[in-house]
Amino acid sequence: MQSPLGAPRAPWLTHAILIAGVILFAFPIWIVLVGSTHDAATIGRGEVPLLPGGHGWENYLTALGRGSSVLAGLGVGPMLVNSLVMALAVAIGKIVISFASAYAVVFFRFPGRMLAFWAIFITLMLPVEVRIFPTFKVVSDLGLVNTYAGLIVPLIASATATLLFRQFFLTIPDEFVEAAKMDGAGPLRFLWDVVLPLSRTNMAALFVILFVYGWNQYLWPLLVTTSAEVETVVIGMVKMIGGEANTEWNIVMATCVLSLLPPVAVVVLMQRWFVKGLTETEK
Amino acid sequence: MLEPPGQGPGGAAALERKTVFRGVALPLLLLAPQLAITLVFFFWPAGQAVWSAFLRQDAFGIRTMFVGFENFSDLLADPLYLETAQNTLVFSASVALLSLALAMLLAVLADRQIRGAAVYRTLLIWPYAIAPAVAAVLWIFLFHPQVGLLGRALNEAGLPWDYRLNGGQAMLMVILAAAWKQVSYNFIFFLAGLQSIPKSVLEAAAIDGARPMRRFWTIVFPLLSPTTFFLLVVNLVYAFFETFGVIDALTKGGPAKSTETLIYRAYIDGRVNLDLGASSAQSVILMLVVIGLTVIQFRFIERRVHY
Amino acid sequence: MATLEVSGLRKAFGATRVLHGVDLTVADGEMIVIVGASGCGKSTLLRLVAGLETPTEGRILIDGRDVTGLEPSERDIAMVFQNYALYPHMSVAQNMGYGLRIRGLPRVEIARRVDEAAKLLGIEALLDRRPRQLSGGQRQRVAMGRAIVREPKLFLFDEPLSNLDAKLRVQMRAEIRRLQQRLGVTSLFVTHDQVEAMTLGDRLVVMHQGHAAQVATPMEVWAKPADTYVAGFIGSPAMNFLEATLAENGAAAALRAGPVLRFADGPRPGEAGMPLILGIRPEHVQPAAEGMPLAIELVEPLGSETVLHGSLADGEALVVKLAGPAPGGATLPVALPPAALHVFRQTDGARLDPG
Repeated sequence: MQSPLGAPRAPWLTHAILIAGVILFAFPIWIVLVGSTHDAATIGRGEVPLLPGGHGWENYLTALGRGSSVLAGLGVGPMLVNSLVMALAVAIGKIVISFASAYAVVFFRFPGRMLAFWAIFITLMLPVEVRIFPTFKVVSDLGLVNTYAGLIVPLIASATATLLFRQFFLTIPDEFVEAAKMDGAGPLRFLWDVVLPLSRTNMAALFVILFVYGWNQYLWPLLVTTSAEVETVVIGMVKMIGGEANTEWNIVMATCVLSLLPPVAVVVLMQRWFVKGLTETEK
Repeated sequence: MLEPPGQGPGGAAALERKTVFRGVALPLLLLAPQLAITLVFFFWPAGQAVWSAFLRQDAFGIRTMFVGFENFSDLLADPLYLETAQNTLVFSASVALLSLALAMLLAVLADRQIRGAAVYRTLLIWPYAIAPAVAAVLWIFLFHPQVGLLGRALNEAGLPWDYRLNGGQAMLMVILAAAWKQVSYNFIFFLAGLQSIPKSVLEAAAIDGARPMRRFWTIVFPLLSPTTFFLLVVNLVYAFFETFGVIDALTKGGPAKSTETLIYRAYIDGRVNLDLGASSAQSVILMLVVIGLTVIQFRFIERRVHY
Repeated sequence: MATLEVSGLRKAFGATRVLHGVDLTVADGEMIVIVGASGCGKSTLLRLVAGLETPTEGRILIDGRDVTGLEPSERDIAMVFQNYALYPHMSVAQNMGYGLRIRGLPRVEIARRVDEAAKLLGIEALLDRRPRQLSGGQRQRVAMGRAIVREPKLFLFDEPLSNLDAKLRVQMRAEIRRLQQRLGVTSLFVTHDQVEAMTLGDRLVVMHQGHAAQVATPMEVWAKPADTYVAGFIGSPAMNFLEATLAENGAAAALRAGPVLRFADGPRPGEAGMPLILGIRPEHVQPAAEGMPLAIELVEPLGSETVLHGSLADGEALVVKLAGPAPGGATLPVALPPAALHVFRQTDGARLDPG
C-alpha cells in the first residue's frame, strides 16, 4: 500500500496521535471490562477502579442467569440468543433475497423490470426510522408483535444489498454468460455454478455489515417487542439502567461487554472482506 | 438508517448487460420475496404515514376526520417543534463535523509509512461494531456524575457536572457519544480514499517542493473531497436517524427536551402521546429530509461518475 | 464436420442497422476469416451464427439444418472468446469439462476427452491450476481446449489472439491453423488484423459497413480487391490511390498528375472522361529514369527494404517500397507498371475489370 504523504518526518508525533486515537476508543471499553469484574458496591460508591477485580466470574454468571434486578428475572443468556437469531436472520435473509432479486434484474429482460428495480431502489429513502408507526401498525395487524418474524422480516428488504449485488453482477463479463449459453447452462445452473461462487467475497462482506446492522438495531425492537421472550440484548442493557438509584452497575457492565463481543468479533475476524465490501458498496 | 449507511446509486450509470437469459417467470419468481416485503413493509406503511398525516382523531379517539395540512401547519407553528428542529441541526452538524475531522486526521496518519500501520488500522476499525445505544452506555460509565470516572473527576475538580440536569452538558454528551461511534466508519472510507490517490500526483508535488502540510491541503484534501462529501451526507443521515439509540439510552431527550431530535419527538408523539396524526406528519417531514439528502447525494455521485 | 450457410442475414439494434444482408456458404472443414475495421459488423455476424443474437432477417443453416431460431446450446457449436471467458473459480480441467458436465456426459468420458484435448494442446501439466495462475498463451490454449472437447460441428473464434503480445500472437496463429487443419472442423474466425486474416483463412470475408465487401481466397483479395475499401484494407503499407479519368476509348487512364497509362489487360467499359481511381501497391511502384518525379518527404529504412513517402507533381501522395537501401536525392523518378494497376470507379469505388 502506498501512502500519499510518504514516510513522516517526525514519526513519534504520528505514533503519539494514533496511539491517542486508539486509546480514545479502547479506554471506555477497558473501563467497562474492569467495571464488570468488581462488585456493585465498589462501583456504586464511585470508586471506579482501573484494574480488574475479583468478581468477574460471579458478575457474568449473574448477568447470564438472572440478569439485573431491575428487569425481574430476565437473564442476559436468552437476550443474547434473541440478538443472535435476529442478526443472523437479518443478515442471511437479506443476502438471499437481495441476491435473488439482483440476479433477476441484471440477468433478464422482462416486462416491469425497471419498475421492480425502482421499487426496490426507492426503499433507500424510506429507512425504518421514518416509517416506524405505520410499519408497526402493519406488523401488529398481521399479529406479528412479539415474534421473531415481526422483529426480522420488515428489516429484510434492503435496497443496499440488492444494489451491491447488482453492481457486482454487472462486472461479470458478458462472455461468461455467452460461454454458459454455448455450454447449455440455463439461468439457474449459471447462478449456482458461476455467479454464486464468484460472489463469495461480496457475501462475506455483506454478512459482516448486515450482522452488525441486525445486532445493533434499537428503535425497531424497542417498538415491536414488549415481551421478555424476544428482548434483544442491546435493549435489555439500556433498560437495566432505567431506574438510576437501584442500577446494578456491575451487572450492566457485564451485559455491556457481552453485547459488544459478538459484533466486534465478527468485524475483527472478517476485517479483510468487510473493509473491501463496505467501501465498494458505496462507490 | 440506510442499512450500511448511505449508498450510491450502485454506479447506476445506466449500465446494462449485453447478454441476458430468456424467460419471464423465473425472474419474477426470484424478485417475488423482495418485492413482497417491500410492498408490505415499505410502501404500504409509507402510504399510511402520508395518509394519516392528513387525518386527526377527536379527543376520545372515536371519530377520525380529514384535516388537510392542519397537522403540518400546527407542527410548523409549534415553537417546541421548531426548537427541536434547531436542536437536530446543531446536533447533526456537530456530530458530522467532529467525527469527520477526527477520522480524517487518523486516516491520514494511519496511511503514512510507519511501523505498525496495519495494527493501528485494525484498532481503529473495530468500533464500527458498536451499537449507538452501547456507545451511549459506555459514555454513561465514563461521565455519570456519581459512577463515572471522568464525571466524578470533573465534579471533584470543582466543575459542576451533571448531564442529567444541565441541558448544554446533555447535548455535549450525546454529540460526543454519537460522533465517537461514527469515527471508525469514516476512517475506513478516508483510508480507502487516500489509497486511491495516485502516487505520481504526490511525487510530482514533492518534486515541485511542496512540504507535507502544504501537500495535504493543496492536493490530498481536494482529491479526498468526493469521499468527504459522500461521508458528510451519510453522517448527517446517521445523526438524524440512527442516533435514536444514543439519545434514548443517554438522556431520553431531556433535560427539558434539550436533546430531543426530530426522530425522538416523532417517537414520543406516537408512542407516548399517541398522537398519530402529528407523528405521521413528522414522519412525512422526515421522509422529505431523507429524500432530499439522497437526491443531493445521487446528483453529486452521478456528476462524479461522468467526469 | 459440417457446412454453414448464411443467407440474407440482416441485423438492426433498434434504429441502428448493423448488417445489411450477408450471404455466405462455408464448405466442410473450411476456415473462413471475417476481417474488417471495428464497427463493420464482423462480430455481429459471428454472434448471429453463435445464436447469441437473433437476426432481424435471414436464415442460418448448419449442416443443412435451419438453426436460426435455436438456442446457442442447441446449435452444436463452440466458441473461443477474446478474453477467453474462463471461469476464475474453476480449475483448467473443470473449465474444459463444464459444457460436457452440463450435457450429462459420464465422468469417465469427460476425463478422457479433457485429457485428450490437453495432450493435443500441450497443457496436461496445467489441468489442476486456476486460470489466474496461467500466462496469456496458456489461457488461450485452455479456451481452445474448452471448444475442442465439445467436438462441435463449428468452431467460432472471436478475436482470440488480440489479448496476446506480438510474438505470442504469431506463434498461436500458426498453432490454431495447424490444429484446425488437423481436426478438420469448419471454422469462423473474426479478426481486425489483416495479417492474421491472410495467414489463417482458406477464404476471407472482408466486411465493410455491414456488407461483405468481398468473399474470396487471401491471394484473390490481395490481387483483385473488389473495391477501394478492400484494396486499402489489405496490404501494408496500404495501396496508393491516384485520381484519373478514362481515356482512349477505355484503353487508358489519364492521371491527374499528368501521364496517360495504357491498361495492360484491355479496355474498361465506360464513357471517356469518367472519373477513376487508380490503385497501385507501394511495392509495385518502380524507379525509372523517365518516370514521374516524386518529391521525397520521408524515408523509412526497414533494413531489407525501404519505404519512401513523397508527393507527385499535382500534390497527390505516393508511397513506394523499394528493396534495399534508399537511393539518394530529393526526388525520385518513378513509373507505375500497367500490369500492376488496379482500376476503380470513382463514384462508388467498385473495381473495373476489362469488359
